[in-house]
Amino acid sequence: MSTVIRAEGVRKLYGGGRAALDGFDLQVEQGTVHALLGPNGAGKTTAVRVMATLVRFDGGRMWLDGHRVDRHARWVRSRIGFVGQYAAVDEALSGRRNLEMFARLSHLGRARARRRAQELLEHFDLTGAAERAVRQYSGGMRRRLDLAAALVADPVVLFLDEPTTGLDPRSRARVWEAVRELVGRGTTVVLTTQYLEEADRLADRISVVRAGRVVAEGSPERLKERIGGGRVEVVVEPQDLALAEEVLGRVAGVLPRVEADQARVSVPAGDGALGLAKVVRALDEAGLVVEDVALRRPSLDEVFLSLTGEEGESDG
Amino acid sequence: MGEAVAERSGPAVWERARWMVADTWVVAGRYLSHLVRKPDEVVGTLLIPVLAVLLFGFVFGEAMGAVLGEGADYREFLMPGLFALTMAFGIGNTTIAVVTDVGRGVVDRFRTLPMAPSALLAGRSVADVVSALVDLAVLVFMGWLIGWQWHNGPWAALAALGLLLWLRLAFTWIGIWLGLVVRSPEAAMKFFSLVFPLAMVAETFVPVHTMPGWLVPVAEWNPLSATVVAARELFGNPGGAGQGWMAEHAVWVALVWPAVLLAVFVPLAVGRFRRMSR
Repeated sequence: MSTVIRAEGVRKLYGGGRAALDGFDLQVEQGTVHALLGPNGAGKTTAVRVMATLVRFDGGRMWLDGHRVDRHARWVRSRIGFVGQYAAVDEALSGRRNLEMFARLSHLGRARARRRAQELLEHFDLTGAAERAVRQYSGGMRRRLDLAAALVADPVVLFLDEPTTGLDPRSRARVWEAVRELVGRGTTVVLTTQYLEEADRLADRISVVRAGRVVAEGSPERLKERIGGGRVEVVVEPQDLALAEEVLGRVAGVLPRVEADQARVSVPAGDGALGLAKVVRALDEAGLVVEDVALRRPSLDEVFLSLTGEEGESDG
Repeated sequence: MGEAVAERSGPAVWERARWMVADTWVVAGRYLSHLVRKPDEVVGTLLIPVLAVLLFGFVFGEAMGAVLGEGADYREFLMPGLFALTMAFGIGNTTIAVVTDVGRGVVDRFRTLPMAPSALLAGRSVADVVSALVDLAVLVFMGWLIGWQWHNGPWAALAALGLLLWLRLAFTWIGIWLGLVVRSPEAAMKFFSLVFPLAMVAETFVPVHTMPGWLVPVAEWNPLSATVVAARELFGNPGGAGQGWMAEHAVWVALVWPAVLLAVFVPLAVGRFRRMSR
């Protein structure tokens, strides 16, 4: 796998000396979905806007497909697609005219631009509305057109800034589907999101962003493990609670957590499934009747909260 | 898409110039299809001049004619003024279109394309000049209806229209710059109310020499005035042969003034556009 984007210590200062990016490091591998996950105001949007040449940065270095983003903006632009938070299409023009226009401004030439527009309209299921002005489109259709517009020049990297914010679940699922398909064809996708579910479902790697830098990075699975891995939870008959506590404590070598009202005892799973097996065997040997036993992984929400602090900053 | 790699080599300069023209044309095409799809905008721009023809031509017309002297037809005097007024009002459309684009993020999309960045602004100005041509055609027809005509032949008349479009091109860049500076269409509207007095304190509706002495230099040096006087002269309408240095050199001043405005506002607008990435 080769690296498509590399950022080293990127800094971006806004007026008043506030740092939107403060030592931002990132490495994005080709053909993956990379999610920047974080609360409002964490710097995710600034990060993708810097990568997409929309915002200049003040310090550090950044490469896209082997070229310096700050020095070869036009070259970088010939390799990227960008979908911002607001549909960046011309409301007064038809869907087809929009796509043809963006294709021609990507220097595809008139004939190829026309073909490409037709392809994308078909692909995004917009042929029926192709000649209608975009202002008559529904929110979901508009999003799809916006995505299509970002794809006219077959970008190496596609940036999506909160691609599903404000969409209903069905439209959201369609956007996810489109992203997965793109990655299947080798496009690299960098997206920002506040939705843990979205990052979990779509991303191969997640970078958790807080206060202008990446505070944690890894696959969704790894990130969940980082927060102490899973716990083995055992539910027993209430009268067996003390015995279960003793057995679990012995197996895990730590003091178990007891929730007496639910007759639940839990310990860190250690080696995941292996830890679960050990616990089950020990309970069996002790002759305990087990109501329920499970290996519970922390949700990404818990990861998120523990890594970004309890409250997201509210300014966007 | 490989052309950008050789960014600084010789032939690439020529290549870039070619793309600059092609991109400008595509962007101009975009704005022009707006006119076709939103004819209300054209109607809105023409509403004030058309009303002004009726108001000033007929309501005030007889009284105004007295100022011009014996036998002069005020409506003949008025039309070139209204042509120029329409050119000035175009600033409002330009500003609102630009500020709306910036607000909706359409400009962001353009800025992530490998197109020539200034083609976006240049395309807007080309489209404005083309739509001004439509405005002028409607007004010329309107003038013909009320008895206005040119007296020095079609070539002089075309030269007069050329000067008006030249002024419009300069005003377009003021509009683009304003559109990049103000933050909302509402703020743009407030600026627009300034255009009205600016358009009045000029040769537009009355000869400058009838104004109080202290106002004369202001009105005389108003970029609108030179173009209006020059157009009257070329059309052979009354009031063309005015008094003073300005009036005697009106055609030259009408060529130079817009050039000065362009020299100021093109760099301002392009610079402002580039700074959007800060």
